[in-house]
Amino acid sequence: MTLTSLRRRVFSTDHHVIGVEYLLLALTAVVIGTTLSLLMRIHLVWPDWQLPLHGPILPEDYLAMVTIHGTVMLFFVLTTAPQAGFGNLILPAQIGSRRMAFPVLNAMSFWLTAVALVVLLSSTFVPGGSPISGWTAYPPLSAVASAGPGQAMGMDLWLASIALFGIAATISSINTLVTIIKLRCDGMTWERMPLTVWGWFTAALLSVIAFSVLLAAILLLFCDRHAGTSFFLPAGDLVNGTLHVAHKGANGSPLLWLHLFWFFGHPEVYIAILPGFGVTSMLLANFSFRRVFGYRIMIATTLLIGLLGILLWGHHMFVAGLNPFAASAFSVTTMAIAVPASAKVLSWIATTWRSRPSYKTAMLFSLGFVSLFIAGGLTGPILAQPILDEYLHNTFFVVAHFHLIMAMAAVFGLYAATYYWFPLMTGRMMSERLGRWHFWLTLVGAYATFLPMHLTGLAGEPRHYAQLAGIPNAAGVMLARLVPLNRFITYSALFLATAQLVFLWNVVRSLRRGAVATENPWMATTLEWHPALHPRHSAAMGEPIAVHRQPCQYAATPSGETFLPQWVPDTLADTTTEAAFDTKPE
Amino acid sequence: MSIVSALHAARLPVDASAHGPALDRQLLLSLWIVLALFTLAHVILLGGLAARRHHPQKSVWQIEYLPLVALAALFAVLTIRAERLWAATRYTGASLTALQVEVTGVQFAWYFRYPGVDGTFGRVRPELVAPGEGNPLGLDPADSHSADDVVSSQLMLPVGREVDLAIRSQDVIHGFSVPEMRLKQNAVPGETIHIHFTPTKTGTYAILCTQVCGLGHYRMNANLRVVTPEEFDSWLAAREKAVQR
Ligand SMILES: [Cu+2]
Ligand SMILES: [Cu+2]
Repeated sequence: MTLTSLRRRVFSTDHHVIGVEYLLLALTAVVIGTTLSLLMRIHLVWPDWQLPLHGPILPEDYLAMVTIHGTVMLFFVLTTAPQAGFGNLILPAQIGSRRMAFPVLNAMSFWLTAVALVVLLSSTFVPGGSPISGWTAYPPLSAVASAGPGQAMGMDLWLASIALFGIAATISSINTLVTIIKLRCDGMTWERMPLTVWGWFTAALLSVIAFSVLLAAILLLFCDRHAGTSFFLPAGDLVNGTLHVAHKGANGSPLLWLHLFWFFGHPEVYIAILPGFGVTSMLLANFSFRRVFGYRIMIATTLLIGLLGILLWGHHMFVAGLNPFAASAFSVTTMAIAVPASAKVLSWIATTWRSRPSYKTAMLFSLGFVSLFIAGGLTGPILAQPILDEYLHNTFFVVAHFHLIMAMAAVFGLYAATYYWFPLMTGRMMSERLGRWHFWLTLVGAYATFLPMHLTGLAGEPRHYAQLAGIPNAAGVMLARLVPLNRFITYSALFLATAQLVFLWNVVRSLRRGAVATENPWMATTLEWHPALHPRHSAAMGEPIAVHRQPCQYAATPSGETFLPQWVPDTLADTTTEAAFDTKPE
Repeated sequence: MSIVSALHAARLPVDASAHGPALDRQLLLSLWIVLALFTLAHVILLGGLAARRHHPQKSVWQIEYLPLVALAALFAVLTIRAERLWAATRYTGASLTALQVEVTGVQFAWYFRYPGVDGTFGRVRPELVAPGEGNPLGLDPADSHSADDVVSSQLMLPVGREVDLAIRSQDVIHGFSVPEMRLKQNAVPGETIHIHFTPTKTGTYAILCTQVCGLGHYRMNANLRVVTPEEFDSWLAAREKAVQR
């Protein structure tokens, strides 16, 4: 490879290349994160098992795995793949643009993200290893180097990595926002924007707000660690026999970190799931040959979820030492978000209701998204009640709740997107037969892994425990009872992870031997399938692009189903079209 | 062990506190509602997919707003019920006659302090902390109130009497949790947080740490022993006598 071709192919400012690079980064990260989770599951039920090339898994190794698993999955998979990955690949075309607003910044934010991942992983190799304080990094554990292994240089690397990631995510989000606001083609009004674009838009807004607060928090924590400040350290804090207040009279509080962190941390979960909402809405409509039910309501609920998402961080702090009245207030804002979330589910159900959809793999994963989102979302109102959180907080019930949404629904959204846009990006179809196997095995594995965690949580199993057997006192008796069910969960997790090999095989195989795709194989109505915007042909490159209606307009004609893409001019007025092109025929 | 017995082992632990039964009722009510909604949503979703005849979409009111109003009302009822329980246990402090106990979290142990015969906790100073010399909390000998304080590594409580716990931490954030008492509260360095409850059944219960606090997090636990008032009085008297000498 010559230097010029290296620059063109790797250090490209083309949003397609950057999108693929983001997806490859996320794929690397998900492999690492999944491997760590499997090691944790295995250690939990067979604590004597020795990790090859490493030996026994010590409690600090376990906590380091927890920390890296959470950090890698949250940031480098769930924030990166849906938002930056598919956002770069698909977003510009969906609004009729051939580029992102700031191509050079776009490339820069990708490379910053890649550096952030390398910095994070390098913490494994420094003295003390990776940090052990979980992805939430509560001080003083994270503020004092002697508080545990990994809390010295490992913790500094963690902070550096997340700071780099935050800067990259902020830049990338500003790019997304400007692209959507400035580069929409003729006729692409806000109400005609695909719901995927609304998902990326709202997630980008949240990113800009949330990551700036996280960056501030990281800066303060860094000062506490190295500049003798006491933002998060109370006077007289004694860790490991050493008093840790450098500045006389300084009296900070770890609760400040909790506020700043969760002000970021809760919107972060919506950043991860909002693009999935959009993909699901569009795909369900596409494969049902129908309009999205309640299109304006869907736009409104997307924005409302974003708004409420930054008003409910305190529900992570019901038992953290907040004023109990504050817990009541946060309980109400948390319950409130159940309403727009329910509205989304109702719309998805209504969109598919008696539509006789086409069950392509992408459709199956969208339906799986709906199912898993219902399963994981419904326990939200339970955890929103402070009195129940007093029992369930930091148990596996919570782990089950957010893994069903984050680990499973969000990933189902990513799979749906991959199966759906694979022909657009590669010109080849993925195997439907392998796809169906992949879907059913994954769905069964997901429920078998995460449903029983509700039970071990209700029985009192706490998170972050390196071991359940061999613990003294009454606690040991209580935890030992839960080993058999945990063994079942571990088997299920291994099954779930193994099933993903079907997907990897499908990708590799289809890249070379998949059936050649037609120009618009799903009868999609959104602009990324417009011949002039097609990422692989440039024949119709100069053609002007204009939009004439909302996406997902399907109609009945004597010759069978037909569809009206957004770009096809039509004499009917927009409102008439909507009424006429409602359903497909009997 | 079969999956049936594995499932059987995983159930709510014994409920042994006065506020617990109401909490359990709210928990079970919420769980049943959630299970019903999960089933209902899937029946409608799969039913709609299975229905053979193609059907035009109904109005927004029938399938969006009406169910939303119903769901919002349901969530509101749950919220209000839960708020009443939360308010009852957390909005006000313990009664003046409650037994005073201080809980301190330290990497990786729980310590429990009783105020002794004078009924007042003495001063602790972090620079005096010396676990090796039997002073893990740093009791200040210069303070006369400290002299009679009893420090224990298990929490001993009389059944049926309200207890006022003052929860604090010496180093990092810990999570004070007693599942059988339906109790959880983080111990935050720099703060003293009060919670109160009344144990209703004698027995030995698990005290866990539920906030990741370092490499010993998983083995940071202690026993709560709920005994008869007589047993408790004689235990405390013996401990107080031992301290006086
Ligand atoms: Cu602890
Ligand atoms: Cu702990």
